[in-house]
Amino acid sequence: MDLIRLKNVEKKYKNGVQAIYDLSLAIEKGAFVFVIGGSGSGKSTLIKMLYREEKPTKGQIIVGGLDVAKLRNKKVYKLRRKLGIVFQDYRLLEKQTVFENVAFALEVLGAPKDEIREKVLKALEDVGLKNKIHNYPDQLSGGEQQRVAIARAIVNDPKLLLCDEPTGNLDPEKSMEIMQVLDNINKSRGTTIIMATHDKDIVNQMKKQVITLKDGHLVNFRQKGTYYNENA
Amino acid sequence: MKMLRMLVRSIRDAFKSVKRNFSLSLASISCITITLIIIATAVIASFNVQNFTREIEKDLTIVVFLNNNVSEEDIENVTNEIKSIKNVDTYTFQSKVQVKEQMQAESDVFNAVLDTWDTDESPLKDTFQVKVKNVEEIKDTADKIKSFNEVSVVRYGEGMVDKLISAFSSIEKITYAVVLALVLVTVFLIVNTIKLTIDARKKEISIMRLVGASNITIKTPFVIEGMILGILGSIVPVIFTTYGYIAFYQHFDGHLFSDLIKLIEPEPFIYNASVIVIAIGILVGMVGSAGAVKKYLKV
Repeated sequence: MDLIRLKNVEKKYKNGVQAIYDLSLAIEKGAFVFVIGGSGSGKSTLIKMLYREEKPTKGQIIVGGLDVAKLRNKKVYKLRRKLGIVFQDYRLLEKQTVFENVAFALEVLGAPKDEIREKVLKALEDVGLKNKIHNYPDQLSGGEQQRVAIARAIVNDPKLLLCDEPTGNLDPEKSMEIMQVLDNINKSRGTTIIMATHDKDIVNQMKKQVITLKDGHLVNFRQKGTYYNENA
Repeated sequence: MKMLRMLVRSIRDAFKSVKRNFSLSLASISCITITLIIIATAVIASFNVQNFTREIEKDLTIVVFLNNNVSEEDIENVTNEIKSIKNVDTYTFQSKVQVKEQMQAESDVFNAVLDTWDTDESPLKDTFQVKVKNVEEIKDTADKIKSFNEVSVVRYGEGMVDKLISAFSSIEKITYAVVLALVLVTVFLIVNTIKLTIDARKKEISIMRLVGASNITIKTPFVIEGMILGILGSIVPVIFTTYGYIAFYQHFDGHLFSDLIKLIEPEPFIYNASVIVIAIGILVGMVGSAGAVKKYLKV
């Protein structure tokens, strides 16, 4: 079954730049998909449209049964509760501990205290940070901070995890650790993962589905793809 | 249950962030304090103006003197006609006999002089004392009564009363406008001060949005925070106006310039004024916060 469906999606920014041209694709539940392409290829725009930070100018985007393009600003939270998002710059609250940062995602939904504690500890265990729950973000390495961000993104058990260059600030070794964490989440929790990246080593090693974008056009969508293999 | 939990969390977060952003909170509080002192002064002034306007208006009476030779029937006619005027609130009739008795009771001189006339040749006239509903229309009402055939003279302190009334009504309007303008200025100042505090927390708000907090969930702690700032900001103004007004009242012995202009008794007036000041503080803090956070709630 498809979790995400895009039909003839176009995106033109207000400054006149066209980021996406006539994009149609479907992503299955439980898939692990890379979105690759150079700078300005539209991969970030695609991710942003999936969590409704940007609205498509044309076309239809369905995420988990929600018509994202038609979602009004006030109702965006309904979509956000169904998905987790991870960024290159982690976006953690510096004045709160690891535990509080992850719990934050459940507190704003009004979950009871016991449930929050249980879910937060499970999520932190999944990313391998159970021993650092009382630390503050500035006491952690970049890789660890990103894992906190991932824990916050999955603590609500979302169907979909969107990652926008999550390894962009990390060295190759830490990047692979993050990829292991994401792969485990995908396998154990069945979470669909869509990850925008330009790190070819990661894409080549992971052997996952690959969507290639170039100048806003879909080049191809392969099942077990590699980064630079236009002929495959 | 869930709503209650979220409300409790919002209140907790609001207190936390007042404490955590203490210097910015202090800026908002002093801003509220200063403007509330001015507002409180204006509120007290406007209540006092209203009060003595009303006191004076209450005393205003149209005195209607009837012709000397009116019959019982004529008096009844006039009574009916006065009754039919919309602006008339109450009226009392005093026959010349009653007037005479009253005047005789008031002074020995009158008593001696009036005693020389018997009822038939009395120069006194039957009178009506008419109180009106709307003092601003007292002139029209007086003119209307004057036009009745049986009426000889009408008195209502013309000239002086007209001027006084128009002065009072403009003073009242001006004080309203001043209070309103001050409230608006306060809201504006507070919106901007709170905007500064919120600007420092943009990241927090954007993360809240990312993890799926609804607008109302994001807004509530900020609005409660504004409420707390409003309450804290109204402490000094309340103390200032309460003790200030009591001192003022005692210093002037309850009336300004002349006995005519009476000040409102401090109790319970200052309690009501304090409640109004606190209410304005809370309202302004809440509106200010809600307005400041709104900017960050759009996608």
